[in-house]
Amino acid sequence: MTRPTPETLAHRVTPATVAAAVNHAPAVVAPVATTGAGALVRSLEALGVEVLFGIPGGTILPAYDPLFDSKVRHILVRHEQGAGHAATGYAQATGKVGVCMATSGPGATNLVTAIADAYMDSVPIVAITGQVSRASIGTDAFQEADIQGITLPITKHNFLVQTPEELPRILAEAFHLAATGRPGPVLVDIPKDVQQSPTTFQWPPTLDLPGYRPTLHPHGKQIREAARLIAAAKRPVLYVGGGVLKAGATDGLRKLAETTGIPVVTTLMALGAFPDSHPQHLGMPGMHGTVPAVYALQKADLLITLGARFDDRVTGKLDSFAPDAKVVHADIDPAEIGKNRHADVPIVGDARHVIDELIAAVSADATGTERYEPWWNTLNELNRRYPLGYEEPTDGTLAPQYVIERIGQLVGPDAIYCAGVGQHQMWASQFIKFEKPATWLNSGGAGTMGYAVPAAMGAKVGRPDTQVWAIDGDGCFQMTNQELATCALEGIPVKIAVINNGNLGMVRQWQTLFYEGRYSNTELGTHKHRIPDFVKLAEALGCVGLRCESKADVDKIIKQAMEINDAPVVIDFTVGKDAMVWPMVAAGTSNDEIMFARDVRPAFDEDDL
Amino acid sequence: MSANQHTLSVLVENKPGVLARVSGLFSRRSFNIDSLAVGETENPDVSRITIVVNADSSPLEQVTKQLNKLVNVLKIVELDPAQSVQRELLLVKVRADRAQRSQVLETVELFRARVIDVAPDTLTIEATGNPDKLDALLRDLEPYGIKEMVQSGLVAIGRGSRSITTGPALRAA
Repeated sequence: MTRPTPETLAHRVTPATVAAAVNHAPAVVAPVATTGAGALVRSLEALGVEVLFGIPGGTILPAYDPLFDSKVRHILVRHEQGAGHAATGYAQATGKVGVCMATSGPGATNLVTAIADAYMDSVPIVAITGQVSRASIGTDAFQEADIQGITLPITKHNFLVQTPEELPRILAEAFHLAATGRPGPVLVDIPKDVQQSPTTFQWPPTLDLPGYRPTLHPHGKQIREAARLIAAAKRPVLYVGGGVLKAGATDGLRKLAETTGIPVVTTLMALGAFPDSHPQHLGMPGMHGTVPAVYALQKADLLITLGARFDDRVTGKLDSFAPDAKVVHADIDPAEIGKNRHADVPIVGDARHVIDELIAAVSADATGTERYEPWWNTLNELNRRYPLGYEEPTDGTLAPQYVIERIGQLVGPDAIYCAGVGQHQMWASQFIKFEKPATWLNSGGAGTMGYAVPAAMGAKVGRPDTQVWAIDGDGCFQMTNQELATCALEGIPVKIAVINNGNLGMVRQWQTLFYEGRYSNTELGTHKHRIPDFVKLAEALGCVGLRCESKADVDKIIKQAMEINDAPVVIDFTVGKDAMVWPMVAAGTSNDEIMFARDVRPAFDEDDL
Repeated sequence: MSANQHTLSVLVENKPGVLARVSGLFSRRSFNIDSLAVGETENPDVSRITIVVNADSSPLEQVTKQLNKLVNVLKIVELDPAQSVQRELLLVKVRADRAQRSQVLETVELFRARVIDVAPDTLTIEATGNPDKLDALLRDLEPYGIKEMVQSGLVAIGRGSRSITTGPALRAA
């Protein structure tokens, strides 16, 4: 099988094509006698699963026996949360469904964070869990947990398998649900005795989902209405979210933007959907977005919202968000439309179809950049006055932003970057320049610290020929670094750049700004006591450990890491603790209150703007 | 019914756990269910959940859309009180000694309710009707002393010959 390139991925990451891939039965299997466990493994094979991440245990043991002989690769992780995030990273990097597996009780509950994370970011994963035998369900049996009940609010759907006969159908349904419509996690809970019972396996099964009918094609009337608003607008903005990446609509987006000359902002989940280098790109909006992107949304008279959901981190105080804008809101999930912000033109559909039809509809008007000249003059002036940047620390410490910027520049736009959650994540979103889809993986909605290492592992397994860098914090890294043992033993050479400021940096930043510098429980001791010593820890986990403490060494050490391809590499970038993420819209305040730097408000209301 | 009360008929696949999915969604999204009733339909594969919810129209639209996303939900129809018949069932045990009994029976008669159990000092009464009628009955019985009562959720069906349980999704179920 040829490995996907970013170009082919751009085509592959659509829910529709994933569904086609999932639904195409590689082989028709005539009825054959097996067990429930055999049916499970054969179903995974028939669904085209290449790899799954998991840990065996009592109630999932029967499944691990046929897996031993299967062509499906099982990667033995060190904690189930790692399996879940690895499945997510794999799915985000490849556009295919990621799979993780765990035993009942604590095995299953350890998956919960990763499942919630995938739910918030609409990532297609299937979680398979063992359950106690049917007769023991409800008796508080050893390692029993009602994982179906626990994951009801954080899965797109979940199943408790009742008989071995229904396993192939339920697995096919699970993959179909995960990958189509608005993607999301699906859990399949399988009692141990169902796995052990004799059954007959045959393929393909018939899906039975009468209540599941995602709308892919937008309504023509709404498209025409959107085109009419676009033609009338003087200050429009294309507000682009992760749905555009998931729909594989990035080529279309570029065409739509260039045809109309409308400025583009891409949310945290959409970085890479539109090249950062493109002159029409204003950057990321939101709490730590660029001044031009935030300003553009605030002053717009029309938002063309594509696969985004008016998250509070983008809108700031909702009732003062984009007060003069009419809203065209296109999303594959009808429940997102009108949830936070009223939509003047609601469009339900897959972003690729929506964008293609919008291009056709607006082309008739032959609009061009000239129409928005005053708007662009203002935005260009803001771009010039308020570029992204940072100040060199005055205490001689290494600037974290510089480290991240140099990684982006030296490693380049073809690599995949994963981030944890916090300051380093925001700096990565700001100072790495994303040019291509599926090159930026992060935990946007759930904000899961510890996401980066296992997600990078999953991404590297899915795209082994691509360099995968995790930009992690010293707090995040200590939550999931055990998966580096998995990476070392399974031959998954990821690079982990620990932006080590010795603190829970983002929390510390809020304490600096909003709690009079009272640093309650944010000091981690990774500087003061060097506990843990990340270089020694890396070596103990079978990785190469490097350390960088001065600006002069940054390039040399990044290059050194890039040359190591037979082992995972961990770099302890020891950086200053006082750097802050700017710009910033404080939580709960209006986007109009954006601060460009500490005590510096951009002058929005000057006459020349 | 208050102006903000809405009656939703939700047709769902008759599978284990579906009621938990539906009721859990309401609490998770901060909606209060005023009344809930569930039972099989003419098609044993389909159950019908009748939910009375208190919400403004825009949040109601949001919860309806969220409900529609549940894979086991087949169809949702809001029933207009003017275009539908809405009923609850009430069972109430009222203190009724010899002195009060005839007056209680008069009230029962007036509301077209029925006595279903008799004891020396109580009568147990069954009544069906819309919530307003049952409230009125309870108000009239209250002075005698209500020892115990139980009420069902509201069930509702549209007036006229049209049926909501037909349609492609439902045939497939």
